[in-house]
This record gives sequence, structure tokens and C-alpha cells, in this order.
Amino acid sequence: MTRLELQGVTRTYGTGTAALTVLHGVDLTIEQGDYVAVVGPSGSGKSTLLNIMGALDRPTSGRVLLDGDDLTSYSDARLSRMRGAHLGFVFQQFFLLERRSALENVSDGLLYQGVRRPERRRRAADALRRVGLGHRLDHTPGELSGGECQRVAVARALVHRPGVLLADEPTGNLDTASGRAVLELFDVLHAEGATIVVITHDESVAARMPRVVAMRDGRVESDQRRGVAV
Amino acid sequence: MRGGPGPADRLRLGALGLTSRKGRAGLSALGVAIGITAMVGVLGLSESSRADLNDQLDALGTNLLVVSPGQDMMGEDATLPDSSVEMIDRVPTVEAAAATYAVDAAVRKTDRVPDEQTSGIGVAAAGPGLAAAVSAELREGRWLDAATEHYPAVVLGSTAARRLAVGSLDEGVRVWLGDQWFAVVGVLEPVVLAPELDETALIGPAVATELYGDDLPPTTVYTRVDGDQVTATRDLLGRTANPSAPSEVSVSRPSDALEAQAAADESLTTLTLGLGAVALLVGAVGIANVMVISVLERRREIGVRRALGATRAGIGSQFLTESVLLSLLGGLVGGVLGVALTTAFAVNQGWGVVFPWEPVLAGLACSLVVGSVVGLYPALRAASVPPTEALRSI
Ligand SMILES: Nc1ncnc2c1ncn2[C@@H]1O[C@H](COP(=O)(O)OP(=O)(O)OP(=O)(O)O)[C@@H](O)[C@H]1O
Ligand SMILES: [Mg+2]
Repeated sequence: MTRLELQGVTRTYGTGTAALTVLHGVDLTIEQGDYVAVVGPSGSGKSTLLNIMGALDRPTSGRVLLDGDDLTSYSDARLSRMRGAHLGFVFQQFFLLERRSALENVSDGLLYQGVRRPERRRRAADALRRVGLGHRLDHTPGELSGGECQRVAVARALVHRPGVLLADEPTGNLDTASGRAVLELFDVLHAEGATIVVITHDESVAARMPRVVAMRDGRVESDQRRGVAV
Repeated sequence: MRGGPGPADRLRLGALGLTSRKGRAGLSALGVAIGITAMVGVLGLSESSRADLNDQLDALGTNLLVVSPGQDMMGEDATLPDSSVEMIDRVPTVEAAAATYAVDAAVRKTDRVPDEQTSGIGVAAAGPGLAAAVSAELREGRWLDAATEHYPAVVLGSTAARRLAVGSLDEGVRVWLGDQWFAVVGVLEPVVLAPELDETALIGPAVATELYGDDLPPTTVYTRVDGDQVTATRDLLGRTANPSAPSEVSVSRPSDALEAQAAADESLTTLTLGLGAVALLVGAVGIANVMVISVLERRREIGVRRALGATRAGIGSQFLTESVLLSLLGGLVGGVLGVALTTAFAVNQGWGVVFPWEPVLAGLACSLVVGSVVGLYPALRAASVPPTEALRSI
């Protein structure tokens, strides 16, 4: 079953002579249960692509379909609610809120679904235990290591059980061991049925994914499953 | 699909920026706090002073009319006919009339003070019922009565007592009045409705007649009239007091002067209120400023919340709530300070304490409006931050 489908997606920044086209008609289909690495040189448009898949950004032209629904026709409010309900994001810089505890950071992942506070806190604590941080609930990001911060961010991305997890260089700021811990969490989520897309620069990270999409100059250069071209 | 965060969560979100930056929040709420303090304080004070005046007028009555000689056609000081007191007393709507009579004498501390040094204190004979007619209260001693009728006894107005350096009456104080010693038997509190008595030394009518003859002209006739007929009676009194020259009689109502005084105080109130409004405006700009900075600083937070499902409206409402809470905080602090100020001042003045409900509610309403108005622009800016911009890697 197809989860996400990009049809002829282009993205142009700026207008007129300053216009810069970063994506040139990208067609890409992400199936339910896919576990995809997106690789490519810096500036090739990986982050732009991920933002458009995650409805954080709209394509200049082309269509994005989530479970067959055309997102380009959605209003901001509808798009936001869809994002909150079905997608989870993990970023290279973690993007946790300083001065707030791990528990509060993670429970914000349920805030915009209208989940009540006691339940938010309960589920956030569960999610933190899942990522192995049950003993760090009240620590603020400043009191956690980089690896722990990224695991808090993963907990926040999975606390509402999203169908699709989108990660932009999730291990980019981590040492090998911490990076592996995060990837092992992804493996578990994938095994449980989540669809996962990971941008990475790291060959060894890409090598463990069953599908690898290579970008170059705003185009999909290759798309391979387990060494077999699609 | 379920809606976004509920009211309690929205409040919590709005309070987030305040609790995480307490110092800054406090400082930016200060301007509003000062403005509201000034507003509540000033309105509360004028309310209590107004209440005090009303109490005072209730106690003193607004039915006192004061009849005194005006000026004749040549611009010379006129006099009231001897019969005027009696005539006034006969008017049906007059409840009581009491007069002071001019005595041509000076009062000094001792006989050694030179004649010309009178300290501006007048001497008058107090007709029967004077104290009651003007609601005079004694600070010390007693009023002129039958026991002292034929003795040289004097009651001093408050200012007169001070100028003559009369302190305690315990040791038998005397003053030199005319050509002889008078015993001071009483000292008055300031007489609100007849302040001229404060500067007067009052002697009994019998003594005055014995020493200065029985044809002393009335100086002032203090007239208590039927409370429902004050205006009508007032028009009548000139003709009654001096039928041959009604225009040479001046009739005044001292409670009017008190009201006018209060009205003058109110223009001061308006001025202070204006200053409070300026402080409020400055406070409002301060909050707007802090909110705009806050939006810039928290772009990342905005991006994260958008990724977690916050709508544009949701982000806007978070910042609007924050601005309103900030302003309300200022309003609350200002309200408390304003009430404290009013209470302290009222207690100090010996006024009754009136809790200024209306000013406090008005102050809170003001800060609510200020917070929502100045929060609008920062909220719109926050709402329009694109999530991808907010989440750009550094
Ligand atoms: N908001 C923007 N305005 C203008 N140009 C932009 C904007 N965002 C990205 N770009 C440009 O688009 C191109 C692709 O950017 P993108 O971030 O998608 O690359 P990337 O593949 O993720 O690179 P990296 O591996 O370095 O993260 C870059 O040349 C970048 O400068
Ligand atoms: Mg990138």
C-alpha cells in the first residue's frame, strides 16, 4: 500500500532572476512499511524534499499524496492537524525546548491532538522509558548528553504513534554508539510497522536500510532496494 | 479529528514564556503596573475623599445659610440692622438663627503686647445657639454658658488659639482682651462650615453688653433652614434681614464651597489620571517590544510546535495569551498597590476606608485590553513564521 506519493514535485526559492530551483520534478513513492535512506551531496535538495514530504513546506508545483489524499489542497489548519496526527519528525539538532524537562518536551508531542494533560504525561513517560530514558524524565536538555537529547526527540516523535517517521540526519551530531542506539530504536519502530525515511550522509547508516534513494542536483539519481534497482 | 489544546492548556502555553523568563516578564509588566497603580490609587483616593466629604456634609448638614453684610452702593462695607436676627428667626422655613456681634476690641496674649499687634484675631460676642447653628465642636474646655455669663470668659477659635500660643487650659490661661484679662474657658476645633470663627475670640453676650453697650451690630447670622426649602429661603433672606436695602446683604451656603473645593480636587484627579494613562501607554509599548523580541528568539520553538501539529492560529493564540497574561500581571500588581495606597492614605487622613471596586475592575479591564491590543502584532508575526524557516539547520 502506498503511504506517500510525490508526483512531479518542484520547489523554487525566490522569484525572478534570484529564483533558485532546488527540486526538479521529483517522483517518489513511499510504501507502507518502507525503511528508506535518502543520500546525496550537500545541497542536492534532501532536506527540501523531506520538508515537502512532511507537509512543513509546499511544493512550487506537483502533488503530494498521503494515503491517496492530495495535501496540496489542504488548508493550513488541516495540514497542521494531519502533521500532528500522522507524522513524526527527528532533526539533526534535536530541537528540544530548553528549560523544559524531557517529560514536558515529549508530552508536547500530544498537545496539539487535544490529549489531556494527565494522559499526555503518562504516555510521555512511557515513550521515554521505551527509548531508555525512564530515569531522566525531569532532566532538561542542558542536563542531558547529545545522544540522550536525540533519544528524547525520538520519544517525542513516536509518542503519538505516527504512521510515518521523517528524520533529517538524526545521527549527524552523535558519536557512533549514540547514533547506533538511535538507529536501533528506528529498527524497532520499523519492525512494529512504522514507515521511516532517514536522510543521512553516513554510508554505514545508509547500508543498513533496505531501500536507498540517492539525490543529485534536485533529482532522484537512483532508487535501490537491497541492491536491486527499482 | 479532535480539536487542539483545551483552555487550560492554552493558558499553560501562554504562561510558558513568563515562567521561563521571570525577570524580563516582571520588568516588562512594570510599566503597566505603574500605570494601573496610578489609576486605581487616584480614582480610589478621590472616591474615598468624596465619600468623606459626603459623610462630612451629612454630619454638618447642607441647610446652613450664612447672612452677612455686603457692600452698599458706594462700595463701603454695609452693616446689618440690629433687628435682622429677630426678623430672620420669624421666617417660617427658618429652623434656628444665631448671630455673632462685632466687638470693637483687640485680643493679645498679655497686656505688654503693643496695641496695634492684634495677630488678625477678631473679637465677637456669640449669640445664643451659635455653637449648635454652625456645628462647632470644642477641642478643649467648654462653651460659654450661664455659669460664666457675667464673668470675663472667652472661647477661642482654633487659629486664634494657635496665634495666641494657648496650649493646655489646665492651668487657667488668660488673654488680654480690650482693657482687661479674660479667662480662656474653651478652644474650638476648626469649624468647617464657618471658617471665619477659627480666627475669632468669642465672648458671652452679657459680658459684651456690660462692657461695650447693648447696641452691638450683628456681624453674621448663621441660619439653619428647612432642608427642602433652602433655595427658596435663600432668596428671601436678604429682604428679611434688611428690608430697606436687600442688596446690601450677602447670603452664602458654605456647603456649596466645600462641593466646589471637591470639584477642584477632581481636576487634579483628572491630571493624575492622565499621567497614569501615559505610564500605561509606555507600559504597553514595553510589552509589545518584549513580545516582538520573544517571537524572534523563539522561532525554533515555533517551528517545533508547527511540526508537532500546531496551527498558525494556535501559535498566534499562544503569543497573544502570553501578552495578555503579562499585561494582566501588571494590572494585578498595580491594582494591589493602588488599593494599598488608597487604604494607607485614607487611614492616615482618618477617612473611612472604601474598597475601590470600580477602579480596580476598570484597571484590570484596561490591562486586558492593552495586552490584547499590543499582543496582536507579535502574535500575527509568530503565526506567519514558516515552519521550514524556523527549523533551518545552523
Ligand atoms: N529557504 C531557502 N531559500 C533559498 N534557498 C534555499 C532555502 N532552503 C534551501 N535553499 C537552497 O536549496 C538547496 C538545497 O538545500 P537543502 O537544504 O535541501 O540541501 P540538503 O541536500 O539537505 O543539503 P545538506 O546535506 O547540506 O543538508 C541549497 O542550495 C540551499 O542553499
Ligand atoms: Mg539538509
